[in-house]
Amino acid sequence: MRALLLALLLLLAAPLGAEEIVGGLSDEEVAITTDFDGSDILIFGAVKRTGAAPAAAPLEVIVTVSGPLRPLTVREAGRRMGIWVNTAGVKVNSAPTFYAVATTSRLDEILLDTEDLRHSISISRAIRAIGNEVGNRDDFLDALIRIRAREGVYQRLDGAVDFAQQTLFRTEIALPANLTEGDYATRIFLTREGQVVDSYETMIEVRKVGLERWLYALAQEQPFLYGLLALAIAIAAGWGASAGFRALRG
Amino acid sequence: MQLYLPIAEVSVNAFLLLGLGGLVGLLSGLFGVGGGFLITPLLFLVGIPPAVAVATSANQIVASSFSALLAHLRRRTVDMWMGTVLLMGGLLGSALGVMVFNLLKAMGQVDLLVRLCYVAFLGTVGGLMLWESLRASLRQRQGAAPQRRRHNWVHALPFKSRFRVSGLYISVIPPLGVGVFVGLLSAIMGVGGGFILVPAMIYLLGMPTKVVVGTSTFQVIFLTAFTTMLHAVTNQTVDVVLALLLILGGVIGAQVGAQLGTRLKPEHLRLLLALLVLTVCGQIAISLLLRPTELFSVEPVG
Repeated sequence: MRALLLALLLLLAAPLGAEEIVGGLSDEEVAITTDFDGSDILIFGAVKRTGAAPAAAPLEVIVTVSGPLRPLTVREAGRRMGIWVNTAGVKVNSAPTFYAVATTSRLDEILLDTEDLRHSISISRAIRAIGNEVGNRDDFLDALIRIRAREGVYQRLDGAVDFAQQTLFRTEIALPANLTEGDYATRIFLTREGQVVDSYETMIEVRKVGLERWLYALAQEQPFLYGLLALAIAIAAGWGASAGFRALRG
Repeated sequence: MQLYLPIAEVSVNAFLLLGLGGLVGLLSGLFGVGGGFLITPLLFLVGIPPAVAVATSANQIVASSFSALLAHLRRRTVDMWMGTVLLMGGLLGSALGVMVFNLLKAMGQVDLLVRLCYVAFLGTVGGLMLWESLRASLRQRQGAAPQRRRHNWVHALPFKSRFRVSGLYISVIPPLGVGVFVGLLSAIMGVGGGFILVPAMIYLLGMPTKVVVGTSTFQVIFLTAFTTMLHAVTNQTVDVVLALLLILGGVIGAQVGAQLGTRLKPEHLRLLLALLVLTVCGQIAISLLLRPTELFSVEPVG
């Protein structure tokens, strides 16, 4: 009864200071062509208010982009009998192939741990959220994030979101060249004093096109034919070069 | 010029790949080795996923070897019958090798096994060749007559057959055995096996060096073609765009190599190959002994 009353009260209070995200993307589709060399995605939007902005603490914006999830194994090397070998491994059932978090200021200052837990916003939470065994192996999780950050596929971009007049925001996320095909979940969060005020979700479609698409499909659907094609190219190239060189020498 | 590879799903500089292919093709034409033991680790370095690197290098070896084989055929330095016997053993060994590989993969540590195999075989083969070729060139400088081929246990076995081009009359059992062994290793190490085949033919079977290179090329083509199909059908890890670039560089390199090979003395050829094999061996041995800068590694599943 008390909960219902509280909910009702909140509902009534909401319109007064309600703040909603209106978001947009520069591209809703990224086409991977033969000369694909990465792509910058502009993510922008505005805060729609029905009523005056509350005079309290300022709003902050968090933008996350997550690539398709894939399984992987994190291994640790140790010294055994003088040589370095893999001694331990932890399986991760699914980790994002790409993950970027862009914010208006330091993530830990604008987002409470409890809110991070609920929405899985930070990189480590996003991996843990999927119910992975790695969740209770902090050293392995840290290693995964460290290695992927060095490869540029896990990006923590503190302060990369421009937020004008507490209303208009924009940020640019650089998608690297080694992208995996799939749907890239894009989320925008508004926070005030560490609490999530509103969130918005959309999708960026990353697709191979043209020759890339055709070859990939053939390799998956007609592997035997694809193998023969690969061999035919090899033999033709070998013969062509031989004939060409003979002609050159006359 | 950056190029996105459809199967590897990475973007790599096209000229870098052309250069890599050219380098390996040169070795293929010069020594009759496929160059797989070189190109596979090089592709890892460039950032190609290991599974794609192994499968695609097999495809590239088909092309560079075919180009080299044509050059050898014209010079009549291929023993077809010997190559066929080796190949029959090779296909059997390769099928066995795939089973061993999968067994070890289930037990973990397949990476370690591959690297230890590299160190053990490259070290042994390279060391033997270095020692032998140094002795041979020393003997020549002293003006002594080259040693006659000795009769060893190989010549006492049954099922003898005449290998005309090699000028041998020996049992088919040793070549078959060598073939099985090379096939086994090629499946485990992801290479054509030329670097083991060449010394085995010289020292074990007693074939003349000139015929050895062409014959090895002959058997390597079929073995790697078999491997390519195996990878394409079971794992879909052959990247034709990557292969095409490596091939373009490779076929040119192979032709240059085959021409260079006719101008070099066989002893010097063996000395050079020995040094190359030992360098790669040393590189892998060091990586096993030194503490890695990053103790952890991330490996995609499937």
